[in-house]
Amino acid sequence: MQIDRAQTLAPAALHEPRNPGLPLDLDWVRRVQANTSAIERRAATLPGRRSVKKDWQAAWLCRAISVIDLTTLSGDDTEGRVRRLCAKARQPVSPEILETLGMTGLTVGAVCVYHDMVPAAVAALRGTDLPVAAVSTGFPAGLSPFHLRIQEIRESVAAGAREIDIVISRRHVLTGNWQALYDEMREMREACGEAHVKAILATGELGTLRNVARASLVCMMGGADFIKTSTGKESVNATLPVTLTMIRAIRDYHDATGIRVGYKPAGGISKAKDALNHLALVKDELGDRWLRPDLLRFGASSLLGDIERQLEHHVTGAYSASWRHALA
Amino acid sequence: MTIKEIFDSMEYGPAPESASEALAWIASHGGRFGCFIDGAFTEPGETFATSNPATGEALAEVTQATQGDVDRAVAAARAAQPGWTGLGGHGRARVLYAIARLLQRQSRLFAVLETLDNGKPIRESRDIDIPLAQRHFYHHAGYAELMETELPGRAPLGVCGQVIPWNFPLLMLAWKVAPALAMGNTVVLKPAEYTSLTALLLADLCRQAGVPKGVVNIVTGDGAVGEMVVAAPVEKVAFTGSTAVGRRIREATAGTGKALTLELGGKSPYIVFEDADLDSAVEGLVDAIWFNQGQVCCAGSRLLVQEGVADTFHRKLRARMATLRIGDPLDKVIDIGAIVDPVQLATITRLVEASTEGERYVAPCPIPAKGSFYPPTLITGLSPASPLMQEEIFGPVLVGTTFRTPAEAVELANNTRYGLAATVWSENVNLALDIAPKLAAGVVWINGTNMFDAAAPFGGVRESGFGREGGWEGLAAYTRPAATPGAALNPVEPFTGEGQPLDALDRTHKLYIGGKQARPDGGYSRAVWGPSGALLGHASLANRKDLRNAVEAANAARSWGRTTGHARAQILYFLAENLSARAEEFARRIDGLTGQGGAEEVEASLRTLFRWAAWADKVDGRAAGAPFRGVALAMREPVGTIGVLCDDRAPLLGLVAAMAPAIAMGNRTVLVASEPYPLAATDFYQVLETSDVPGGVVNILTGSHKELAPVLASHLDIDAVWSFSSQPLARVIEAGSAGNLKRTWVETRARDWTRPDDRAFIDAATEVKTVWIPYGEG
Repeated sequence: MQIDRAQTLAPAALHEPRNPGLPLDLDWVRRVQANTSAIERRAATLPGRRSVKKDWQAAWLCRAISVIDLTTLSGDDTEGRVRRLCAKARQPVSPEILETLGMTGLTVGAVCVYHDMVPAAVAALRGTDLPVAAVSTGFPAGLSPFHLRIQEIRESVAAGAREIDIVISRRHVLTGNWQALYDEMREMREACGEAHVKAILATGELGTLRNVARASLVCMMGGADFIKTSTGKESVNATLPVTLTMIRAIRDYHDATGIRVGYKPAGGISKAKDALNHLALVKDELGDRWLRPDLLRFGASSLLGDIERQLEHHVTGAYSASWRHALA
Repeated sequence: MTIKEIFDSMEYGPAPESASEALAWIASHGGRFGCFIDGAFTEPGETFATSNPATGEALAEVTQATQGDVDRAVAAARAAQPGWTGLGGHGRARVLYAIARLLQRQSRLFAVLETLDNGKPIRESRDIDIPLAQRHFYHHAGYAELMETELPGRAPLGVCGQVIPWNFPLLMLAWKVAPALAMGNTVVLKPAEYTSLTALLLADLCRQAGVPKGVVNIVTGDGAVGEMVVAAPVEKVAFTGSTAVGRRIREATAGTGKALTLELGGKSPYIVFEDADLDSAVEGLVDAIWFNQGQVCCAGSRLLVQEGVADTFHRKLRARMATLRIGDPLDKVIDIGAIVDPVQLATITRLVEASTEGERYVAPCPIPAKGSFYPPTLITGLSPASPLMQEEIFGPVLVGTTFRTPAEAVELANNTRYGLAATVWSENVNLALDIAPKLAAGVVWINGTNMFDAAAPFGGVRESGFGREGGWEGLAAYTRPAATPGAALNPVEPFTGEGQPLDALDRTHKLYIGGKQARPDGGYSRAVWGPSGALLGHASLANRKDLRNAVEAANAARSWGRTTGHARAQILYFLAENLSARAEEFARRIDGLTGQGGAEEVEASLRTLFRWAAWADKVDGRAAGAPFRGVALAMREPVGTIGVLCDDRAPLLGLVAAMAPAIAMGNRTVLVASEPYPLAATDFYQVLETSDVPGGVVNILTGSHKELAPVLASHLDIDAVWSFSSQPLARVIEAGSAGNLKRTWVETRARDWTRPDDRAFIDAATEVKTVWIPYGEG
């Protein structure tokens, strides 16, 4: 049983071969289509087609917790704040509730912080298998000098970050300069070394779903291990239509190469119901394999609180209150 | 299963909707239902069981209505009709609004009851059927309110007999009842025998909505009851269902004077171009053919994929099929529910098993052991000749083939007897908007499918039926002109005589086919005498072969429908110009034929040509206000080839007044001239020849109406027949039209051709095609 738990609850237990990338295939990129109305219709009808109740809901919410990149990305972050976040990452739900659910040992997927907070996070998570993810490359705008962005990645890795969330240059997408986007992605991937790289597309700033689909593909060709929707700082972040667009790109990439690239919606998933909808969409469009932390992460900060309340309701039958659950 | 195990497997669990409220409603009626007549339920008579197809268990006993029940229902509707009309538009609007609100307040009860009785997934009844039915009543409350000011000169038809199918029981009821009631009609409606319950629930609710007694009557039972409703003394029959039954209804109502609309079967093409968003097009198929278990008249059941992307598309499609969930329709996580009845299941199975062609893929979805279920199935690599490509399966079975070019896609799409709906997927607006008008279908969806709304007309062409439901256009099916009709049309007999020929030199009056004068195939002519017995000449007697040739010529002139309205107007003006130049000659000819009124008739003919030249570029269609981001264009298209038996009384005007609107709207015509007075029409050939009318657009025959009418009516390549003949031909034309379900318009009253009746001609000369164009980028 111990082994079983280690395999399924520990975040990095499953290992896909990393995405080596492909030479830039512009024909493929230009062939990509994304019909906004149709994508929105699919996204809009999904919550009516898929829902999980009772034990299934509790189990799915635990799954959601297991893929959370528990995140703090604020100008007022301090080491103390980061230590608190890490404590919550190790024990995301009260031990009593987890015990009742038979889910003792459940943790989130990772902790996601700014570069300067990496050492504090690494220290706070020592003794766990939880990776620290750093947002590097001049987050969130990605407009600092390129060599500094590359240097930031290297320093984050050196500081102990096992995952690097990079931001792409939106201007390359907006001007259709796919070569530049590809080259940037390649270099950043290179700079990450052994650390996994998540490419943040900042989909709220890309203008169209067609651009989102094409940027997703170019980043995968450039070697991204994950593609991620947003910094959380754009006015529109992870929506179901964006998720659908990006995971369909991941599916096409898998069909063509056999490589599974991970997906991280970030920002905007703040309610348990949002998380369940995203899980259902990923399950139906990509398949169950993508429901594990090595291929799926939710970038979220307030989501966990809502899930905790739902889980307590599941256990007790009474609606919960936020102050009953430990702060992050 | 423990939470930990589910956490690992990430399966969907059961998410059942409770049936208890719906079952309690059934129990509150003792589990047995009578008919709903004159505002009350009758005592149940001889009953039959209605079952839940997902379990096979009986839900309730429903009455097999008798002739007496139908008679009482029609009598109640008849008695209630003047009061209902007299209530006025605003009064009726209040009642329709109340029905809509009550439907909304009871929406879950309706949804669950519908799913229990029909087997469709609760998601669909909850999110699609019931909301659309509500929307239909809301929207038509508005038409009731606006009728007096916006539809001046229109009056209700009277009592409407309505027979609806089992695939969308409440929604089809709403489509039938809402417009009928809005326009001041009363109804006798028969739901399908498999699915009577929501109609009975609605009847229950009508009492609470303040619907006056007798305005809505529901008679339940099988096809025999449907036949009684069709045969009853009603002013209008509306039917939605199979083409076979529609054809029988067309025959049964022929010559009765009952208005008729038919919404029938389909084998709708679903066209995927290589530049489409393929994933979205795959998902569209889930809404097209796996919606309501494929039991949808407009289901996109015929997949046409461009060759270059066919393998990719089929692979994606098979992958998507594998994630469909089939099972208990009351489960909220079910995509595909039960087939309505084991009889239907057997039909689907038989059709599919009879075919060995193509590659068959059956989705590997687990299927419940009990109940009436059929797995999602894809059969690719079929040829157009395969029966599965032609016959409506009415189940979750998608069949398909590939195409090379847009032209080939259109050719394949139109290679069907049906013409209900079509779907086009392409990211190229030029391509999509070029294809839409070329498809023989009443509804075209671009980059989407199965979109419906009360504001957007729905209905078919060809053997998918005629008439529209929804929108302003749909109201025509439930109104008639308010003006008192003219006197009955009496047969006009030709003059006889023994006199000498009037012409100094013998003239041969031939037929006019394909822009050329042609001798009659049979080699017979008839002497035409004037009122005083003078021999005016000999008119050719066209036979069935001449008619066949004329239709071929007309169909070869198809490109006329693609000319601009401006160009057609120019030709109509030119016709007027050339007729005017010979006005005196034509006036003399008419005087010679009929003995009177030649000059006036020529003048009226000139005005008529001007009038339709004016209209040629002014029939605009409209953008319907359907609640979605996009436009739903209700476009007016030519009907096609129209055969006309011209008014016997007016040798020139009768011909011109039918020809002009038909060709102004882009149709080709085969005109059978006034039988007693044919020689003005034959003189008109020269006017046509000098006016740049393309050959085949106007073809003129002379001869016996009685002999040609059945040939015209049964010709399978004619799209409409109009008759203004003085002969009593309604029965023969309407019955004969059942073959290809062509549109018919048989005038039995003496029409005053000097009084414009433009809207009637525009409606008859055009088909409404609704093109849904969702848009959005970003």
